[in-house]
Amino acid sequence: MIIELGHYALVLALAAAILQSVVPIIGVRRSDEGLMAMAPVATMATLALVLFSFCVLTWSYLTSDFSVANVWENSHSLKPLIYKFSGVWGNHEGSMLLWVLILVLFSALVAGFGRNLPAELKATVLAVQAWIVTAFLLFILMTSNPFLRLAPAPAEGQDLNPILQDPGLAIHPPLLYLGYVGFSISFSFAVAALINGRIDAAWARWVRPWTLAAWTALTAGIAMGSYWAYYELGWGGWWFWDPVENASFMPWLAGTALLHSALVMEKREALKIWTILLAILTFSLSLLGTFLVRSGVLTSVHSFATDPQRGIFILCILAIFVGGALTLFALRAGTLSQGGLFAPISREGALVLNNLFLTTAAATVLTGTLYPLVLESLTGSKISVGAPFFNLTFGPLMVPLLFIVPFGPLLAWKRGDLWAVTQRLYLAAGLALVTALAVLWFTTGAPVLAAFGVALGVWLIAGSLTDLALRAGFGRAAPSVFLRRLVGLPRSAFGTALAHFGLGVTVIGVVASTVFSTELVTRMKPGDVVEAAGYELAFDGLQPAVGPNFTELQGRFTVTKDGRAIGDITSAKRLYTARRMPTTEAGIMTRGFSQLYVSLGDEGEDGTVVVRVWWKSWITFIWFGAVIMSIGGCISLLDRRLRIGAPTRSRAAKPAAYPEPAE
Amino acid sequence: MTRKQKRLSLIAGGLCVIGVAVLLVMFALSSQIAYFQSPTDIAEGAAPPNQRIRLGGLVVDGSVNQGEGAEVSFGVTDTANTVEVVYNGILPDLFREGQGVVVEGIFEAGNPVFLADSVLAKHDETYMPKEVADSLKEQGVWQGN
Repeated sequence: MIIELGHYALVLALAAAILQSVVPIIGVRRSDEGLMAMAPVATMATLALVLFSFCVLTWSYLTSDFSVANVWENSHSLKPLIYKFSGVWGNHEGSMLLWVLILVLFSALVAGFGRNLPAELKATVLAVQAWIVTAFLLFILMTSNPFLRLAPAPAEGQDLNPILQDPGLAIHPPLLYLGYVGFSISFSFAVAALINGRIDAAWARWVRPWTLAAWTALTAGIAMGSYWAYYELGWGGWWFWDPVENASFMPWLAGTALLHSALVMEKREALKIWTILLAILTFSLSLLGTFLVRSGVLTSVHSFATDPQRGIFILCILAIFVGGALTLFALRAGTLSQGGLFAPISREGALVLNNLFLTTAAATVLTGTLYPLVLESLTGSKISVGAPFFNLTFGPLMVPLLFIVPFGPLLAWKRGDLWAVTQRLYLAAGLALVTALAVLWFTTGAPVLAAFGVALGVWLIAGSLTDLALRAGFGRAAPSVFLRRLVGLPRSAFGTALAHFGLGVTVIGVVASTVFSTELVTRMKPGDVVEAAGYELAFDGLQPAVGPNFTELQGRFTVTKDGRAIGDITSAKRLYTARRMPTTEAGIMTRGFSQLYVSLGDEGEDGTVVVRVWWKSWITFIWFGAVIMSIGGCISLLDRRLRIGAPTRSRAAKPAAYPEPAE
Repeated sequence: MTRKQKRLSLIAGGLCVIGVAVLLVMFALSSQIAYFQSPTDIAEGAAPPNQRIRLGGLVVDGSVNQGEGAEVSFGVTDTANTVEVVYNGILPDLFREGQGVVVEGIFEAGNPVFLADSVLAKHDETYMPKEVADSLKEQGVWQGN
């Protein structure tokens, strides 16, 4: 009964969303405030209904109600409670429901906290949001209903894909969706501005916090996913340039560009048309990502449910929204007023360069991701575009971008003095140079590119600190005054500095882990010792163990360095009993910022086992950097500036609405 | 600078970056991609030496041999032809005899054994790499839908 109520609530939510799609628009046309005021009410109703429906599905998972086909296919009564909960979105139907829930949640946040928005803008934005909600509710109800029943109900479920039975599933998809779907708000604001034909600096001020919030969540979500794949897949890789990864990375690149161009628009009323276009493109890439992931048209190493028939439906949604928005853009962009001009050497100029590099990089990733599809449909030849392609195209585009990052915040608006800024960056440049020389000196045979890469990371870190120090008047004021000023700096300044600082940390992690890591594959029997990066790993043998819904064979290794025992590493090969599916559980030991990573292979007949041991230099920097970037985003969200002209209450409540980036 | 010059410098700068990106993409697409081939394509001489290719098919029953250290060899077949593959490393969890697999690597000149540096089998027991399924359908040995 309750299951049918959940299903019915979803149908009602569709009805509410359709109302919300149409009525406010009529209200705007007729300047009827009553009709416009209907938008927030319908939004809240949709939220309540979708939330109820989601809770029903969660309930059926928690109680292991196998009369629901979705639960039977993806759950098991012996599964630990946390995976029963997170298993709700560990399948296609449930994850689409989460997608819509987050979409509606964002609409409701605009409805609830957007009190100071002009009535017409608010009504139009909510209507555009409702179009998206309607499309995806139709998609769920017509192709991916999670509430289908089975009769008679099976006694036991088929269990969740073992790869997904990990705390990562509880955090990664919701964070990623908060990012993906959060960009829908910028999209709706852009479309609303085009429909109403009005756009100004205030528009940018309303859009920026939403973009920032979505970006913050997406950054944390991607980093979390990367770390999850790193320890779960057992291959020791943290980024594979896999289509599914690219699907989340492209909106991130475009979203980062949007964040910066909206800044120009807010401060200087320039780049208006470009910002609107970027807002549309960012969400389009999110939709494209959803299509790529859900349709399974591209081969991926990651685990998720796919169904080609459903892909066509999402492709239609994609075509209608992207095509429609771009057509609207083509028709209306000419009528928007031009913004202010600026000299090429200026803060605006630096931000334009940032946008140029980021969007070009996103375009190359898009090309590499879609090229196999296009080529196969045109010529029939099957190819794979892998890491070498992306390293060759994406890498060179990032180097100049990373190089100019420290200049941006130091340049003045309108007309900047490049020479003066360069002088201020002497210290940062000196630090970077010393680092490069140190890398070349201490590591024998390190490639020059590695030294350059690490130096680039240090340049970013030192540059961001320089920016903070100069803003607080370092060297010009007494230390006490300097400290007082530093604390009093706007939070957005800290946000910028932290984000750029984190970027530098990530760059160092990427370069160092790529260049200085070592790897060895060998066959070991109990008592054998291998050496990796100065650590000795003694293999103690294999031992069977039993978990709640799996059995495993644990390989234990005692780690010593210079004759001193440091600890144990346990790596295992698991067999999940319900699905008869084996997985590899990597054993990881963190030493400083580096990690020892051990995974087990096949057992030989003579009691030996294949062992793969990696020493991953500085690899945790990759994820620490991303976490620092997200923290920067959160701090920037708390900035006072974002409160002016926008509703006060929303600022107070918004940070609480987003979970802290988690490891 | 005048308005017009400012705008021109902006456009010229933009075109430069985009031009470089296009050149990079074209170069990378001509040299850094791997073509998918079936054992029959290879028997017909479709694989030039030292070029990266992806080879897909079924692992021949009883063909998996542990060599020295972590080296392992096995046969990949599309039922019409078979290619011998050598791989040094840990096979994926779902690598099984008789199941679909995609390996990536090269043929060295004059050596008929395929040297693989990666073996792909997705973490899903129903998984059959799409290319392998298509190529098996071509050979008429596909069972299933």
